[in-house]
Amino acid sequence: MSVRTLPLLFLNLGGEMLYILDQRLRAQNVPGDKARKVLNDIVSTMFNRKFMEELFKPQELYSKKALRTVYDRLAHASIIRLNQASMDKLYDLMTVAFKYQVLMCPRPKDVLLVTFNHLDAIKGLIRDSPAILNQVDETFQQLTEVYGGLSAGEFQLIRQTLLIFFQDLHIRVSIFLKDRVQNSNGRFVLPVSGPVPWGTEVPGLIRMFNSKGEEVKTVEFKHGGNYVAAPKEGSFELYGDRVLKLGTNMYSVNRPVETHMSGASKNLASQTQESIAPNPLAKEELNFLARLLGGMETKKPSDPEAGFRLNLFATEEEEEQAALTRPEELSYEVINIQATQDQQRSEELARIMGEFEITDAPRQSASKGDDLLAMMDEL
Amino acid sequence: MFRRERSIPLRGSAAALCNNLSVLQLPVRNLTHFGVVHGPSAQLLSFAPEGLPLAQRQLHAKEGAGVSPPLITQVHWCVLPFRVLLVLTSHRGIQMFESDGSIMVYWHALDSGDASPVQAVFARGIAASGHFICVGTWSGRVLVFDIPAKGPNIVLSEELAGHQTPITDIATERAQGQDCVADMVTADDSGLLCVWRSGPEFKLLTRIPGFGVPCPSVQLWQGTVAAGYGNGQVRLYEASTGTLHVQINAHARAICALDLAPEVGKLLSAAEDTFVHIWKLSRSPESVSIEVEHCHGECVPDTQVCGARFCDPSGSSFAVTGYDLAEILRFSSILLPVQQKKGRPSWPTC
Repeated sequence: MSVRTLPLLFLNLGGEMLYILDQRLRAQNVPGDKARKVLNDIVSTMFNRKFMEELFKPQELYSKKALRTVYDRLAHASIIRLNQASMDKLYDLMTVAFKYQVLMCPRPKDVLLVTFNHLDAIKGLIRDSPAILNQVDETFQQLTEVYGGLSAGEFQLIRQTLLIFFQDLHIRVSIFLKDRVQNSNGRFVLPVSGPVPWGTEVPGLIRMFNSKGEEVKTVEFKHGGNYVAAPKEGSFELYGDRVLKLGTNMYSVNRPVETHMSGASKNLASQTQESIAPNPLAKEELNFLARLLGGMETKKPSDPEAGFRLNLFATEEEEEQAALTRPEELSYEVINIQATQDQQRSEELARIMGEFEITDAPRQSASKGDDLLAMMDEL
Repeated sequence: MFRRERSIPLRGSAAALCNNLSVLQLPVRNLTHFGVVHGPSAQLLSFAPEGLPLAQRQLHAKEGAGVSPPLITQVHWCVLPFRVLLVLTSHRGIQMFESDGSIMVYWHALDSGDASPVQAVFARGIAASGHFICVGTWSGRVLVFDIPAKGPNIVLSEELAGHQTPITDIATERAQGQDCVADMVTADDSGLLCVWRSGPEFKLLTRIPGFGVPCPSVQLWQGTVAAGYGNGQVRLYEASTGTLHVQINAHARAICALDLAPEVGKLLSAAEDTFVHIWKLSRSPESVSIEVEHCHGECVPDTQVCGARFCDPSGSSFAVTGYDLAEILRFSSILLPVQQKKGRPSWPTC
């Protein structure tokens, strides 16, 4: 579909991730300076110029699995450690939130306003660091350059591409259920009231013209909704009132972030078909990861003792329980790698892996290739 | 006035595309075929009323050079004078099958030569015009294929230039009058409409400019163009002149599908605002203007509709697909007698 979707997907999901991490840091009473360091490290890695360059190259979207690997790396660019269950939950929350935001965008172009809402909030989180603020502003410029001139049709294609990416994702989120934003079956509530999108008229009027173009008759009809006119258009400038609330931080009130591991989709047949079929994209996805992660300059923590575990659940017991009971169809399996025969790619991966911190003791293994596979499995 | 009938379950949910439902009515065999795009696959179903789905088939886009499995943009049945073909458009090209999807009779790979790296390459917009099948592309070109009465000797006979942005939809109808050439209208992402007269060579008759929003869906009825736009409006134009006759503020979100019941002049519009509306079109014999009456509105709760079609020629039943929904929703009209005169009920006009 559209080859311009990845930057929007990445930045918005990244924004949601920061909202959630910020909330968990406060919930776990992490000291202010440590919390700030975590967020600063992640934001500066996310908005690193080389990384952004790779991101903004026209390319198709890869799988959710491939993308999750990038966020795993991103989270661990800071001093926090997340175990599998917490990382899974974090990714679930991020994806459901952004899916909701894309679905609810009044106009396809509004996904850019959602992105700007995330960037505005990110700037708020790292406001003490002018260097990183500058990086974010530069990305803002890049977004304006790439997306500012796109037509409504091109935005429609981007929106369709994003919705296809999020198709069949029905994980239920507590906050959404409480706010009546999601139904108990995981489907989002679509209200039939409120302001119409900017550029749309309130439905209910039929106007008839003669061949000279003069209006000859006006008839009202009952359209069934309860809509009002749009108050004003959101701003696409560096600073401005976005008007749209989608993409702003819904976790700022201290609310627990639970998810329910319901059967995501009734169509388990299609789900299992996707997971057991050999992944022909493994090669391409590896290349994608190599490119993207290669641009991500992850810092090693200067003091290994400074690292600490962040828990997305209320207690450690809950976290363990979540790991045990996660339904099969919702597990983010690691990318299935066929034997990496390609020498060059192996070397490139080795270079990238060299930058990753390995927390476990190094394994005894026969070949470098096995090491790589083993390390990837631990991601 | 309409009641929900039993839904038809789908193997895969419907993708968030426009015009994402095709219906082939076979009243003689008391069957209805449905086609829905899931993403990389499309699903075909045969359905008999009061029965379970009779047959199911999944089609995939033909692979080609590329990174990810190609996505299908549309699936549509084309009724030609001597045969019915199923056409599937994707990001690789155009496939044509026998109407049950069993055998592929033709494959046309898209030429992405002119495309810049940021441009998505795909085919979209399918309609039958006489013995031609017309398919739109990402560049705005409309490909015209000449279809023989039987067999696979399908030939690309013409490429129509009229649009500069990706085609969204194509509509045709048999022209009124003695010469049996059908009329056609093509629509694109900029909202531009082109009206054509078909023939051995297609001729561009009129251009109806857009106004900054895409026109995802278009229909043609008795020389009237009905166009649904991204800002929720339905507009009716005189096809031969391009004159705007009716503007309906019909929906609160982008329109995703229009359908016609030509025998009775009923128009169906469906949009992302969860609503489906049915309109009655008429031409008053004295004046040449077009009139519209609203017949019915149906809310499909919490569903971003992506496809909608009438299921019978009188427009008394319709089917709907929605994004992320793994079923086809069906509605049929409950006509209630308004008045009893000599024991005969009189029915409302809609």
